[in-house]
Amino acid sequence: MTSEATNFMRKIEAEEKIEPKDWMPEEYRKNLIRQISQHAHSEVIGMQPEGNWITRAPSLRRKAVLLSKVQDEAGHGLYLYSAAETLGISRSEMIEQLQTGKAKYSSIFNYPTLTWADVAAIGWLVDGAAIVNQVSLQRTSYGPYSRGMIRICKEESFHQRQGYEAMLALAKGSPEQKAMAQDALNRFYWPALMMFGPHDSASAHSQKSMEWKIKRETNDDLRQKFVDQTVKQIEVLGLEHPDKNLQWNEERGHYDSSDLNWDEFWSVINGNGHCNRQRIEHHIAAHDEGEWVRDAIAAYNEKKRAKKAQNAA
Amino acid sequence: MTKPTEKLELFEVFVRSKRGLDHKHVGSLHAEDHEQALEYARDCYTRRSEGVSLWVVKSSDICASQEDDADCFYDPNDDKPYRHATYYVLPEPVNNM
Repeated sequence: MTSEATNFMRKIEAEEKIEPKDWMPEEYRKNLIRQISQHAHSEVIGMQPEGNWITRAPSLRRKAVLLSKVQDEAGHGLYLYSAAETLGISRSEMIEQLQTGKAKYSSIFNYPTLTWADVAAIGWLVDGAAIVNQVSLQRTSYGPYSRGMIRICKEESFHQRQGYEAMLALAKGSPEQKAMAQDALNRFYWPALMMFGPHDSASAHSQKSMEWKIKRETNDDLRQKFVDQTVKQIEVLGLEHPDKNLQWNEERGHYDSSDLNWDEFWSVINGNGHCNRQRIEHHIAAHDEGEWVRDAIAAYNEKKRAKKAQNAA
Repeated sequence: MTKPTEKLELFEVFVRSKRGLDHKHVGSLHAEDHEQALEYARDCYTRRSEGVSLWVVKSSDICASQEDDADCFYDPNDDKPYRHATYYVLPEPVNNM
């Protein structure tokens, strides 16, 4: 090992953070860019399924809440893009990779939001799963990523709580509302579990990421945490647990649960989910339609600069 | 496709969370000028009354010491232990001074 590499590993082992200007192995850099940009894209694409319901939220309060949440997601995307940029990739490169399909985003956002209850289920389950993952990532070895995660976790708790509250309102409502809540739970429970990624044994990047402390806990451990914490939450809602094989395992101190439908998982990742095409098309359209705004800002600023120069002369 | 953020400058954002506390670095963003950076910073970093004051600084204006030079950069202070309070051993009854 070179002295640089030794020094890098010493920092990792001593739980010191790696900062942007430090020497780092190319693979570490690449791995981080992949993970952080994928995370950023997820925040941004994640605005779509929920944005779908802003104009149809059932009350002004729910609408204001949903707007704030979606705005937060845009902010989280920004934090993460900024963190990735410290590694030497530009924002436009990342956006291009997203739009051409070279970069991925979380598969969960390729599922459609069919009813209002889906919006509640997303806040509760999808943001809930994201929090489990992000709490763990607060201890990631890359400084800017870690700081971004700490900031995001602070804000994200509201997302999960508002979702659960909305779910609770439906679950305690009319029989039709309760059925709608149950249906949303049944559809989103499994994809939420898939958010933690493939089994550790099938995860291409896991081992190196753990060694470098980019990831601090394995996919399966994080998934287990989420399974365990969700049981009580479903019970309080008075809904039926979607996993009929769920059983407390005294010896492990965890719940045993059904294995996931990994064919579905890989199929959605590989572009065959309900909304893959729609999500990217919408992203490209929004980006293109916003071009005149960016042009206008640039033109206005150019004018301002010229005026300033004239006044200075 | 235009590359909007590449035309823009990078700014570092600092927030003072409460009067009496230091401004703390919270992140960065792209903007055309200081004024715009300040508005973006407000939208991105203070959505929940996180602060009472914001600073934005062009990243290119920050001059930073180098991690690799840390040893020699800070070395001269390591041989001056008398700058630390613990260097002075006083009689037990008054050692809590």
